[in-house]
Amino acid sequence: MTQDPNNKKHSGVWILAEQTNGRIGRISHELLTRGRALADKLQTDLTAMVFGCDIPDDDLQDLIVCGADRIIAMEAPELTTFLVEPYAACAAKLIDEYRPEILLAGATSTGRTLMPYLAIKIHAGLTADCTELDIEPETNNLLQTRPAIGGNILATIKTPVHRPQMATVRPHSTRPAEPKDGRTGEIVRLEAPSELLSSRVKRVGFTPSSDEMNIQDAETVVCAGRGIKRGDNIAMISELADLLDGAVGASRDVVDRGWMSYPHQIGLSGKTVTPKLYIGVGVSGSIQHIAGMGTSDHIIAINNDPDAQIFHIAELGLIGDLFEIVPVITKKLKEATSKNG
Amino acid sequence: MKIVVPIKQVPETSAVKMDPETGTMVRDGVEAIVNPLDLYAIEVALEIRDERDDGSEVIALTMGPPAARKAIGEAISMGVDSGVLVSDRALAGADTWSTSYVLAAAIRKIGDYDLIVCGERATDGDTGQVGPGIAAFLDLPIATYISKIQCPADGPCLLDRLVEEGTEQLEMELPAAVTVVKAIASPRLPTLRGKQRSRKIDIPVWGAEELDVEKECLGLTGSPTRVVKIFRPQVARECEKMPAGDTEAIETAADRVIEFLTDAELI
Ligand SMILES: Cc1cc2nc3c(=O)[nH]c(=O)nc-3n(C[C@H](O)[C@H](O)[C@H](O)COP(=O)(O)OP(=O)(O)OC[C@H]3O[C@@H](n4cnc5c(N)ncnc54)[C@H](O)[C@@H]3O)c2cc1C
Ligand SMILES: Nc1ncnc2c1ncn2[C@@H]1O[C@H](COP(=O)(O)O)[C@@H](O)[C@H]1O
Repeated sequence: MTQDPNNKKHSGVWILAEQTNGRIGRISHELLTRGRALADKLQTDLTAMVFGCDIPDDDLQDLIVCGADRIIAMEAPELTTFLVEPYAACAAKLIDEYRPEILLAGATSTGRTLMPYLAIKIHAGLTADCTELDIEPETNNLLQTRPAIGGNILATIKTPVHRPQMATVRPHSTRPAEPKDGRTGEIVRLEAPSELLSSRVKRVGFTPSSDEMNIQDAETVVCAGRGIKRGDNIAMISELADLLDGAVGASRDVVDRGWMSYPHQIGLSGKTVTPKLYIGVGVSGSIQHIAGMGTSDHIIAINNDPDAQIFHIAELGLIGDLFEIVPVITKKLKEATSKNG
Repeated sequence: MKIVVPIKQVPETSAVKMDPETGTMVRDGVEAIVNPLDLYAIEVALEIRDERDDGSEVIALTMGPPAARKAIGEAISMGVDSGVLVSDRALAGADTWSTSYVLAAAIRKIGDYDLIVCGERATDGDTGQVGPGIAAFLDLPIATYISKIQCPADGPCLLDRLVEEGTEQLEMELPAAVTVVKAIASPRLPTLRGKQRSRKIDIPVWGAEELDVEKECLGLTGSPTRVVKIFRPQVARECEKMPAGDTEAIETAADRVIEFLTDAELI
């Protein structure tokens, strides 16, 4: 157990920054937001650990400008893309050497694979898919809050003894950190030790998905619920989304019925979105759906049931038949936007 | 080859009701089922076995209360060759660290394993951590989010792995572990013959005594994480509700939407 065998205290907050093709992605900036808040509460440093090969200086510098005090980049050609064995071996080595007290990663395909593997290797506790993180004042323990039992409850979990306290954080559950002028920090570039790089899994190919706009990147999401009644009616939702430069999302019922594909699903078992604007059309607002969109900046709902749950989180609620309402909004939007140029 | 499929018995979450007064789960009458995502793991394991047709076997493994025997029975009625139930009071309250630890010990006892196939995640705990955890304890490579798997008699397994930006093609040496997504297969239904077999077959029950495990690594004691609080998600915003039942009201409401979007600088 990494429980102070040499009496060396664990300190500092760490995040795992992820890179694809050498570029640091959005999740890393979301983790900076989370990590910075925790480090400030603990009055300690924030370190970003990143694995890859020839990561550009600019990208590492950007992590500092956005909140990190130190970057530790471990590099080798074998670390170009994620492979669990070498990534875990390198991470374990860094953790053993630097002894952070907290390690956060995104709940991404990488984070959700590396972190549980690593947690076993270093005998640490790990909490999956956290949506909130805080520090317990009396003990300085990390408080990790996550949805459980199909989103019906939230559970707060802590790791009293084992270090580091590890958590994966749900993508898009917070804003990415913004650059701040004048921030400085240290960049440590390390060559990965060759004995840590063997892997029994090889990546032999990659096929990028040809999907349209990612609902997680869109500033506006118009979400279709079962109230739209037929798959054909997605066209009406798409038209509205197009006018707003937005993407089309769907509730699980809509995906289960085959009206839209799974990548569009918003909610607990789909994606979390935090757009500037979410419009729910014929969505009831189940707790599992809200788990994926409740933190949108602005929420508008259209539903013919005045008691629909969605109205509890919407700012503006239109009570009526969506088939009558949506075309009028679409028409007025066209007029309004053509006037604006 | 020998394929082990760890499956979990879970409450049927879609049937879970919350008591709005107390904020607790109403468990009465909630049925225990095999974690729906584990059915895909069972199915793909059976397909690999049948494709190879060389005496390969599939073994279902579950850790849970005595009643979890039913989950093994269900796997056997789908066509799994045999099953093991790991059950012991000392295991109660295990988090994913301790669960992976015990399942890895059970897989070691089963012995001579080539492939471990897990579900992507369990619908109750919903962590997806146990598959990679088992692999780490057994020092096996793990490939997660697998949507396609081929295991030729010679050479490495070929895998498709779903990631955010697309699909990776992987080659993996055995023995190894995978977690699979729904796209990998369509689970078959139990057969009548399978059901009969599941009633007759002997399902060994292993307690902590039967496994090579350290007592302090079991159950709540062996779990690094602790649940400190459980509460209901709070959702509430002040909603400006507009009736939009007739043509006139719809016009007014739609105008309000445009005004709202303009004020918020969304158009
Ligand atoms: C473990 C678990 C995970 C889940 N994960 C997710 C998830 O990730 N995402 C998700 O969305 N759900 C998820 N669900 C399902 C969730 O509980 C709901 O069943 C689902 O969100 C309902 O979708 P809906 O709002 O489209 O349909 P409904 O609940 O059927 O709502 C349809 C709404 O449309 C309204 N309506 C009907 N006709 C009209 C009309 N003509 N004009 C205006 N309004 C109309 C109705 O009043 C109703 O409110 C999950 C459930 C479980 C148990
Ligand atoms: N108690 C258990 N017994 C057997 N297999 C389990 C158990 N818990 C989890 N698993 C396996 O690990 C996967 C992921 O579970 P989880 O990490 O709990 O979301 C499941 O789909 C099962 O394949």
